[in-house]
Amino acid sequence: MTHLDADVLVIGAGGAGMYAAIAAARAGAERVLLLDKSLVGRGGATVMAQMTVAAALAEESPDDCTLHLADTLAAGRGLCDETLAEVLCCEAPERIREMGEWQVGWARRDNGRIAQVAAPGHSRPRCCYVDFLNTGPAVAATLRRRVGRTEAIRRIGNLTATDLVVADGAVVGAVALDSAAGEPVTIAATATIIATGGLTRIYRRNSASANMGGDGYALALAAGAELVDMEFVQFFPIGHLAPRLVGMDPIMWDPFRYKLGGRLLDGAGREFLAAYGSDETTRYTTSRDLATYAITKEVAAGRGSPHGGVYLSFEHIPPGELEAAFGPVIDRLAQNGIDLARAPVEVAPIAHYQMGGIAVDARMATAVPGLYAAGEAVGGANGANRLSGNAIPEALVFGERAGRFAAAAAKLDRPNWRAGAAVEAIERIRALRDGRAGDLSAAVLLDELRGLMWDCVGPLRDTAGLDCALSRLAEMRAALPQLAVAPGPAANPSLADWFELRGSLVAAEAVAQAAAARRESRGAHQREEFPDSDPGLARSQRVTMTAAGVIVASLAA
Amino acid sequence: MTTKTALLRIRRGIGDSAHYEDFALPFEDGASVLDALIWLRAHRDPSLAFRYSCINANVCKECTIAIDGAVRYACTTRLAAGRPIVLDPLPGKPHLRDLVSETRPPRERLE
Repeated sequence: MTHLDADVLVIGAGGAGMYAAIAAARAGAERVLLLDKSLVGRGGATVMAQMTVAAALAEESPDDCTLHLADTLAAGRGLCDETLAEVLCCEAPERIREMGEWQVGWARRDNGRIAQVAAPGHSRPRCCYVDFLNTGPAVAATLRRRVGRTEAIRRIGNLTATDLVVADGAVVGAVALDSAAGEPVTIAATATIIATGGLTRIYRRNSASANMGGDGYALALAAGAELVDMEFVQFFPIGHLAPRLVGMDPIMWDPFRYKLGGRLLDGAGREFLAAYGSDETTRYTTSRDLATYAITKEVAAGRGSPHGGVYLSFEHIPPGELEAAFGPVIDRLAQNGIDLARAPVEVAPIAHYQMGGIAVDARMATAVPGLYAAGEAVGGANGANRLSGNAIPEALVFGERAGRFAAAAAKLDRPNWRAGAAVEAIERIRALRDGRAGDLSAAVLLDELRGLMWDCVGPLRDTAGLDCALSRLAEMRAALPQLAVAPGPAANPSLADWFELRGSLVAAEAVAQAAAARRESRGAHQREEFPDSDPGLARSQRVTMTAAGVIVASLAA
Repeated sequence: MTTKTALLRIRRGIGDSAHYEDFALPFEDGASVLDALIWLRAHRDPSLAFRYSCINANVCKECTIAIDGAVRYACTTRLAAGRPIVLDPLPGKPHLRDLVSETRPPRERLE
């Protein structure tokens, strides 16, 4: 069996993971191991980012990170961890400029300054980008190049961390599944960073990569770490719905709205946001949580578009302006039969980002010795609703911190690998890769899970739906030991699906438990029976797991 | 209303045991070949192996396979009704199973 040793182990190679690996090496870690379930630097959410990256660079107009912080706290509806939010906003400019030095290619004005546009919730033009809709791929490619040039970083793709190994209350490494060979691998690590992204893949409509099923949350809980704010899943309001579009991310419409406006209309072609308290007569200002609520309510009232969303119309924009703003993207739309000058498209909310996540301090350290987190996997900085443009800075800023502090801790600590503590996880992989007969597969349950979460723990929640979801999730977790697994170790999707389902069920239950416990509406968490915010509940909620695997959420003061 | 059907002829297995298997599935206007593969794994055969990551955005490039003999992305190739589409793993790469080949750069492998 393959065994690897690392000073710093980074699980997940999106923006946060790659930055963490670079920062760990820069801080003196000699053996940095960077893993990804998929291919290094090509999966996860970073590569999907279309446009905006918020940072108080003050290139377009006077700005300061305390102003960015004030906007972030306001968007978070009173729930942001202010320490983390301040770190995010005040270190973002440094990271964005560093990415510029690494040739990411931020869009610039004719005078050479970095272009910054206004996005909803920001008090001034603050969001930079790489044209056209290329921010994520450019950030990912830049970090991939940097990682590739860093001698201390060893990177391995198609390696899934299935379990963290805990000895004497500290994380000492991990057990992973080499999915190409179907073999277990052990990894001893002095410090471990979870950078696995969010959980939006557990929803039927999502803008996630395939590998964002929430497994990092399950790893953290099982190791004894706490999660925070898990009930707050951001549903991006105007995800593409119809006509069917291939080769483009479903969240692609927001940049069009930033640059050009764009009207949201109900099925009968009427504006409706004003009825929900948002006036867009001058510019695009509606926050994500409010727009999602308004669209969901319009559709529920029977005023939606044919496919169950609303219309987004650019028919009032002259075609020349559309082409100037979006260049080659116009041609890709035409290949999909979409002509924005002639007809609207249909849009609807789509699971986009998890505000909640692993509870950490400003060093990105969890309460479990040896365990750190970075990027979307971290909870708290964005409270109950994330401001547009804060996700990429979060990946870069928290990634840099996690890598730097984990490397510093690893220097002082010594490896404490305990082979005996890894045996159960190794044996589980070996038992499953030989296949198991059964009537039901993980692939079928993953499909059911996505529908269940969308229908019962989605943008609008009620007690009956949450109770129904929790009881079905418990049944699905109980069914795991009996599920069928196809035989054959190499590249076996049913083996990968089994582990995916196991992690996703824990993440899903953490969301559902937290949602059931919060009997109010706030930000992205909307309860039908409790439509108002309760000032007495303006605090974050922690989720933990008992030794027996029971997930507990409590809002107790 | 008649339901249209899409037909896929998919390379299965590995090495000497490799063979083609035919699948028929409901056809939806505008659907991609990747949509069809994901549907088949969830509804017909959980052991059907293929690669993908970003699902629809065409940024990860992981779903590259041979479609009717040409190297293409499964996520941007439209499904067709009635006519069988032949799917093979990438030519010139070590074959692992079904439509999955070893595509990791050499320096990102375990060995």
